[in-house]
Amino acid sequence: MASGIKDKVAILGMGCCKFGERWESGPEELMVEAYREAMTDAGIEPEQIDAAWFSTHLDTIGSGKGGLPLSIALRLPNIGVTRVENFCASGTEAFRGAVYAVASGACDIALAVGVEKLKDTGFGGLPPTDTGLFTSQWVATGSAPGNFAQLAAAYRTKHGVDKDDLKRAMAHISVKSHTNGAKNPKAHLRKVITEEQAINAPMIAEPLGLFDCCGVSDGAAAAIVCSPELARKLGKRDLVMVKALQLALSNGSEASYNDWDSTHFHTTRIAATRAYNEAGIKSPREEVSMFEVHDCFSITELVTMEDLFISEEGRAVHDVLDGVYDADGAVPCQIDGGLKCFGHPIGASGIRMLYEMYLQLQGRAGERQLPDPKLGMTHNLGGQPQQNVAAICIVGAEG
Amino acid sequence: MAGITAFGGYVPRLRLEHKAIADAHSWYDPSVAKRAKAERSMCNWDEDSITMAVEAARDCLQGINSAPTSLYLASTSLPFSDRQNAGIVVEALHLGEATAVMDVTASQRAGTSALMQALDAATGTPGSQRLVIGSEHRKSRAGSPQELNFGDGACALLVADQNPLLEYIGGHAITVDFVDHFRAEHEDYDYPWEDRWIRDEGYAGIAPRAVQGALEKHGLRADQIDHLIMPGLAGKAAGLVAKKSGIAAEAAYTGLHTECGDTGSAHALVMLAHALEGAVKPGERVMVVGFGQGCDVLLFKATPALASYRPGTGIRGALANRQAETSYQKFLTFNDTVEWEKGMRGERDNRTALTVLYRKRGMLLGLVGGRCTACGTPQIPQGDICVNPECHADSQLEPYNFREERAKILSWSADYLTFTKSPPSHYGMITFDNGGRFMTDFTDVEPGEIEVGDPVRMVFRIKAFDTQRGFVRYFWKAVPVRDTQDSGER
Repeated sequence: MASGIKDKVAILGMGCCKFGERWESGPEELMVEAYREAMTDAGIEPEQIDAAWFSTHLDTIGSGKGGLPLSIALRLPNIGVTRVENFCASGTEAFRGAVYAVASGACDIALAVGVEKLKDTGFGGLPPTDTGLFTSQWVATGSAPGNFAQLAAAYRTKHGVDKDDLKRAMAHISVKSHTNGAKNPKAHLRKVITEEQAINAPMIAEPLGLFDCCGVSDGAAAAIVCSPELARKLGKRDLVMVKALQLALSNGSEASYNDWDSTHFHTTRIAATRAYNEAGIKSPREEVSMFEVHDCFSITELVTMEDLFISEEGRAVHDVLDGVYDADGAVPCQIDGGLKCFGHPIGASGIRMLYEMYLQLQGRAGERQLPDPKLGMTHNLGGQPQQNVAAICIVGAEG
Repeated sequence: MAGITAFGGYVPRLRLEHKAIADAHSWYDPSVAKRAKAERSMCNWDEDSITMAVEAARDCLQGINSAPTSLYLASTSLPFSDRQNAGIVVEALHLGEATAVMDVTASQRAGTSALMQALDAATGTPGSQRLVIGSEHRKSRAGSPQELNFGDGACALLVADQNPLLEYIGGHAITVDFVDHFRAEHEDYDYPWEDRWIRDEGYAGIAPRAVQGALEKHGLRADQIDHLIMPGLAGKAAGLVAKKSGIAAEAAYTGLHTECGDTGSAHALVMLAHALEGAVKPGERVMVVGFGQGCDVLLFKATPALASYRPGTGIRGALANRQAETSYQKFLTFNDTVEWEKGMRGERDNRTALTVLYRKRGMLLGLVGGRCTACGTPQIPQGDICVNPECHADSQLEPYNFREERAKILSWSADYLTFTKSPPSHYGMITFDNGGRFMTDFTDVEPGEIEVGDPVRMVFRIKAFDTQRGFVRYFWKAVPVRDTQDSGER
């Protein structure tokens, strides 16, 4: 039986550029910015990198296809660079490639870089997705907010939640992330907002208003991984280790078989269960110190906290309103501002989440630093509620 | 004995109030307000002559088990000049490839000409059924009198040589190149000549000659006609021709002009269906006249079968399914009468891979998915391996048609971000009562109208336009089941 990834790979260094509307920078500059920080943090030379994984989602408006954009921008020493794409979970996918390469023993040091340059489209919001030659001829023509808003309608009905109560809980989620993001110098959106502002914002896709939607940002993030033995040999102490790395993909049942109820993420529950097992976690609410979840929309974060088995099913509204997920709550969530305020440059987001966990575990999170965190969990989701990729990573201190 | 054995109709749910048109134009033509007394039917942005033809045909074919052997689609507003438009209807109705089809077009009498051809062909061939559909999505220049006069709609009539509701006595056609209006190829709008000339030389001149010819040919007198069904002249043509021909004034059928408007080449058939839904009694004689570069005259006699015939939704049912529309700007936008700002999201390239459309035409046009013979699960789209997580049987799926299956809304949103001609875009997951589900667009829905659990039915609509190449994509969408429609099975 497979022994899993726990404690086989350490993070040697990480970097993340300033997220936002980076009008002055293209994907190349964003990648270099994240890479420079990661290399300085790792304390290695480019020649020490054996292989790289590169994630970007929208190649047509960003850097272009293949591994070349990364290899060329970073002037990598003619190593193998693999481009990965798995919707908004692409960043975690790049990290997984690098981690597995090290765990296999094929590489000593591997690099993962994710990037997305979204602000070259000419309009706000994400560009419409290309769903392929067949699907585009029949599937509902929707946007990301409209697709995720589906959760709210079904959730209200299933759990008998009043429309206004759900809207207020969603507003609280966004207010919390804005409060956290305001303390993050690299975050895109750094203004504190009120619940009233969130509730009264222009409607994007019923019931999601403007503040229920995450930022559309440019950005890049990078991670360098190696074996714990090598990390120590390179002089690192208090290593941040990979404890679990799991991916679960829909196989069509939610979208085509009358079982799934549209109030949760089937894949997230599967990936979370596998990840907790891989990391040896029995009581996640007590054991995991902090979460960075895929809060592309407020409603996504709300149901995800149930799917990760932190809130009981149907109880997330109450936990949110009780402040459980606030920075000073029992289960701090989106401590860096999340997708909501740090921003969501798609290919970079999974690695950006890990960047905050890494800083927190090393005690380097500045104004946002939580007291003595032990384990951090990232949840990176790609696709739509009825058809998606759930990617989960758990990182923590050695031992 | 050949005749009409079934009929169905369709009128778009949207009705544009004439007042909305008049309010927009009275600044330069104060007289328009006087003519603005009613309302007209108006296609939603995703309706055209093909989608309405499909809906009228579904209505007509309800409860009929054997497929028609041929299909005539009459219209002057067909979306394709060279792609068999009737072929799209055949795929949508899943009639099978052994259906002979014909697009009949280029004249306002296309509907009656198609019907006459079908009746003549049916005579003496019992056992075969012919479906005649008239459907029209009429375009008019902003500010033109046509805006008030026109309407959109469709009618489908089933023709066979046995057990008719309306027995076909016979027909008569004359052809005269009388150009009351014309629309050249590549032109969107009609170029009409003077009203008074059209009335005096056309309707009062040519039509009575054709009526007289038909009566003589079939040995009937004018006073034996109980119903004269003839569109034209803003609803006044039938009265005028009746008077000129010696037909009783009360025989002139006057229905529909104020509720629906003139649906062009479909209108004689639309009016006929409307008349058959109550006005025509067994034993009565019906004359149907189509006018356009000559005249078609068809003579029928209602049989006792009409008394027990239960129409589907019909023209009356479709008219009752009404949503008042007061935005003239919406009408202009839906019809691309004005150049409007689509935003960058509207620039998306909708080029259609015709190979894919052909491979998947069963699903894309006919809403055909699969049903697993191992576990019984209906599913759409159909793959090789069953989607039921407890089954996953390989190569066990058989075709399964979702078209007439009822469903309920599992989730929905009203999306103001997605590009659509009619924001917000409504879409969501629907689950079919007998199994199966998919993320579908909703149409004919007003904001705040739908909720989880609401029942829906499927309708054939335009999915997207490829404006760069002039192609139209069709697919099925969900509409709420309303009290005013689907009054029940026959």
